[in-house]
Amino acid sequence: MLIAVILALAAGTYGFRVAGVLLRDRLDLPEWARHLLPVGAATLLAALAATAALTEAGGFAGYARPAGVLVGLLLAWRRAPFVLVVVAAAATTAVLRLLGVA
Amino acid sequence: MRTAYRTGDARVLRDVAAIGAAMLAVGASFGAVAVAAGLPAWATLAMSAFVYAGGAQFMAVGLVVAGSPLAAVLAGLLLNARHLPFGLALGGALGSRRAQRLLGSHLMTDEATAFALARPAGPERRRAFWLAGVLLFLAWNAGTALGVLAGGAAGDPAALGLDAAFPAGLAALLLPSLRDRETRRVALVGAGLAVLATPLLPAGLPVLLALAALALPLLARRRPPAAPSETADEAPDRRSVRAGEVSC
Repeated sequence: MLIAVILALAAGTYGFRVAGVLLRDRLDLPEWARHLLPVGAATLLAALAATAALTEAGGFAGYARPAGVLVGLLLAWRRAPFVLVVVAAAATTAVLRLLGVA
Repeated sequence: MRTAYRTGDARVLRDVAAIGAAMLAVGASFGAVAVAAGLPAWATLAMSAFVYAGGAQFMAVGLVVAGSPLAAVLAGLLLNARHLPFGLALGGALGSRRAQRLLGSHLMTDEATAFALARPAGPERRRAFWLAGVLLFLAWNAGTALGVLAGGAAGDPAALGLDAAFPAGLAALLLPSLRDRETRRVALVGAGLAVLATPLLPAGLPVLLALAALALPLLARRRPPAAPSETADEAPDRRSVRAGEVSC
């Protein structure tokens, strides 16, 4: 049973991944549609970042995590190096949790 | 030109390493959690190697242990459906040969996609995709193996604030593309839709719902440039799907 779950998940996930890549070759998209593909990908990534920053299991994630993400976002805005953005976001959240902020 | 390429690659490598370190730690926590939940070591390792999708893996372990294997598959696939549009956007960034596309597809994650799309299209984007894809795959699987070995000794990623590291990294990679006005508008509206829908829809659907924001440029395009009005009354069919008992 377990092996069936893993195989089904692996096959289905790979199917999604490869379908988009191979479909791109077959589809003869007009210019405006091709232009929308990166916009769509950016929208998905923005939605992922926003939901991951704010929510956990369908509810609010608490204050520590969005506060850390906000610090990272401000640093990125000021064109800080990427490594600093990631480390500062994690450190802010970790310190807030250490201080007892949920 | 060569040196410009090299410095670009070195920067991508350093940036990927930061996310890779976080993935190593979260992978270790996946390995520890899965084994603690009663999954055999081989199944835990196989999941990370063959499914290779963190959110779906955590969710699947929870649902399998709860005795709903079918839900584990369906919920995991719903969560991973976003990879299809990622593949459409990446397209040739994986390489021109068929073998590269077939293998590269397996390495596609949110982060690898973000790293690739943050680079200009062409050879630079292809190298960024493969660099991020291979390194993050190795980090996730090495982390899982460490977690399986260490068991309960693998630390708590929440205590390290790693749950803030991933969204901050994604946002930082996205910022340059958000300088484009249209992309910014669609992405912000989509992200807002996804956050609002999260309490209502099963995991995975809210993020897909964000694509409804693409109606903004589509409607603007259908209307001739004469009137720049954008009545975005496109109601993204909001079927009230009951929120599943899924957790990440």
